[in-house]
Amino acid sequence: MPRYEYPAFDYVTPPELLGVGDAVHPVAIVGAGPIGLSMAIDLAMKGIRSVVLDDNNVVSVGSRAICWAKRSLEIFDRLGVGKRMLEQGVTWKVGRLFHRTDEVCSFDLLPEEGHTYPAFINLQQYYVEQYLVERAQEFPDFIDLRFKNKVVDHKDEGDHVAVSLETPDGPYSLKAEYMIACDGARSPTRQRMKLPFEGQTFEEKFLIIDVEMQDSPFGGETAERWFWFEPDFHNGQSALLHKQPDNIYRIDFQLQPDADEAEEKKEENIARRLKAMVGDKPFTLDWMSIYRFTCAKLDRFVHNRVLFVGDSAHVVSPFGARGGNGGVHDVDNLGWKLAAVLKGEADADLLETYNSERSHGSAENIMNSSRATNFMTPKSPMERLFRDEVLKLANDMPFARRLINSGRLSVPCSLSDYLPDTQSDKSTVQLGAPIIDAPLHGAQGETSLIEILKDRFTLVSFGTKPDFESNSVDQIVVAKAGTTLDEQTFADISGLAFKRYGEGLSYLFRPDGHVAAVYQTPDHKRIEAAIHANLHYHPQQAAE
Amino acid sequence: MTKVFDPNADHLGKYQDDFYEALMASHEGLSHDQSNRLNARLVLIMANQIGDIDVLKSILSTAGKDSERGSS
Ligand SMILES: Cc1cc2nc3c(=O)[nH]c(=O)nc-3n(C[C@H](O)[C@H](O)[C@H](O)COP(=O)(O)OP(=O)(O)OC[C@H]3O[C@@H](n4cnc5c(N)ncnc54)[C@H](O)[C@@H]3O)c2cc1C
Repeated sequence: MPRYEYPAFDYVTPPELLGVGDAVHPVAIVGAGPIGLSMAIDLAMKGIRSVVLDDNNVVSVGSRAICWAKRSLEIFDRLGVGKRMLEQGVTWKVGRLFHRTDEVCSFDLLPEEGHTYPAFINLQQYYVEQYLVERAQEFPDFIDLRFKNKVVDHKDEGDHVAVSLETPDGPYSLKAEYMIACDGARSPTRQRMKLPFEGQTFEEKFLIIDVEMQDSPFGGETAERWFWFEPDFHNGQSALLHKQPDNIYRIDFQLQPDADEAEEKKEENIARRLKAMVGDKPFTLDWMSIYRFTCAKLDRFVHNRVLFVGDSAHVVSPFGARGGNGGVHDVDNLGWKLAAVLKGEADADLLETYNSERSHGSAENIMNSSRATNFMTPKSPMERLFRDEVLKLANDMPFARRLINSGRLSVPCSLSDYLPDTQSDKSTVQLGAPIIDAPLHGAQGETSLIEILKDRFTLVSFGTKPDFESNSVDQIVVAKAGTTLDEQTFADISGLAFKRYGEGLSYLFRPDGHVAAVYQTPDHKRIEAAIHANLHYHPQQAAE
Repeated sequence: MTKVFDPNADHLGKYQDDFYEALMASHEGLSHDQSNRLNARLVLIMANQIGDIDVLKSILSTAGKDSERGSS
């Protein structure tokens, strides 16, 4: 029996069925998974109203996402759930690789100090969704959560989308200026539009189990990511072990392509596999499923007034935790752009940059996830031979250790090739790079760079405050220890902010934390021009 | 090219996965025999690229160590 108690969210008769609905909603979000919920919160924080439509009324059931990466946690922090996730989650940063019974090597995903969030936390998707629902409920004027509202049809009418729904009280329809499809890997929206979703499906099956054990299979309090190639306890395949909250462990067992699913799912067979792995430790099975993984993406994420975000736009195999994390990056990228379009600060062409930037990001995620899965599942005797020899060479030769691929874990992509020219100066952190956190001291006490950047274009000056005021940008000064602090001035006591960004430089961050411009001496005109360029950039004109 | 062979050096660096993927792709669709021949050609061409006979001899002896132990 699952340990987590799934709360059921209330169904409320939609206002449209009572004859009092909005004429046109600014945004309709299809799907209240982690991505749809995050999208609604991001928009709400920017003052954009949305209606969130989900066919269900409980959070995600069963074994799904557990690993949330640093950059996603920083985005979740901005959305207001990061700290809660960090508190409940299991923090880890070390991955350890084994071949047969021997440890081959380990890698540290965040070897340096001075970051608010760790490399990773493990937290069951149902907790994340619960926190997001509760957070969304804090915006009653901006987020209209509608459970048991199943979207059955939609039509793009050019200047709005007409959405048809079914509810326990019967069918109805609503209109929205934009419809965001966050309806998951099997996206009914995508299927209705007959959009090709192409990629690679892997033959191998994976048995994924969540199991409760009081006695840690890591043999201590450590939480790490342990990955085995050809472990003795699991006939020649691979295995993966993660710790989750509530003493629950996630174990992935790679099975043969022709494995008999019904047989594998039998409790006695799972018990046998577990016993071979962890010995006689008592355990309770929490959940179990067999998956076959696919890496695929849509060609375009923007189709006039229908936008695809999260798994509806792209799916990956889970090795590297790039699925949910990739979707969170989508939300971060789209939120400020759609808000700017709906507020009339930018025209709809800006959404095209969501398409190009996140198409690039998801292609990178797919490339990394496919490579890892290919390494785990050699497709010919020659592929296996190379894999075996890499694993053997890895005992003595560092380069071979780095060829071993059990998953390249989620990191945000750089947008260096996707941004408009802002006539920037040479910088320490490159243009297009995602924000790098650093600890800061503020008038209110300890804080950090990621915590003080909020929802707007922000100019952060490392050194002294530039001599101008502007309404279009928030200004922050990071100064040396000893400076008088105020709402806008923070001290770099550890020296890490100056070290990471370079003293004397001013960085213009987009609302999603990507570096949009860097100047030694920023002035009013250059900053406004850079923001204007970012809001009115048309990648199709620039790229060719 | 490097003049001495250092078994601890990592020259592939961040291109580790690009290389491995390209290597697997070069074998795709080949029979086992064709794959073996491809490997032989690769060794010869890479040797020519390295050029330095001392480096090549060190590589040959390092790579050969494991087979001497008779592992399969
Ligand atoms: C075994 C496994 C392990 C994973 N591990 C990780 C991991 O460690 N880290 C990570 O980042 N990712 C991981 N993932 C991927 C992660 O679970 C997904 O990327 C994530 O759930 C995507 O969120 P989403 O909101 O886009 O879609 P979903 O979570 O699928 O949500 C879609 C929502 O849309 C609703 N919906 C569908 N159709 C309709 C309709 N017609 N009308 C109304 N609502 C509808 C559904 O009910 C659902 O609530 C894993 C996945 C699996 C399977």
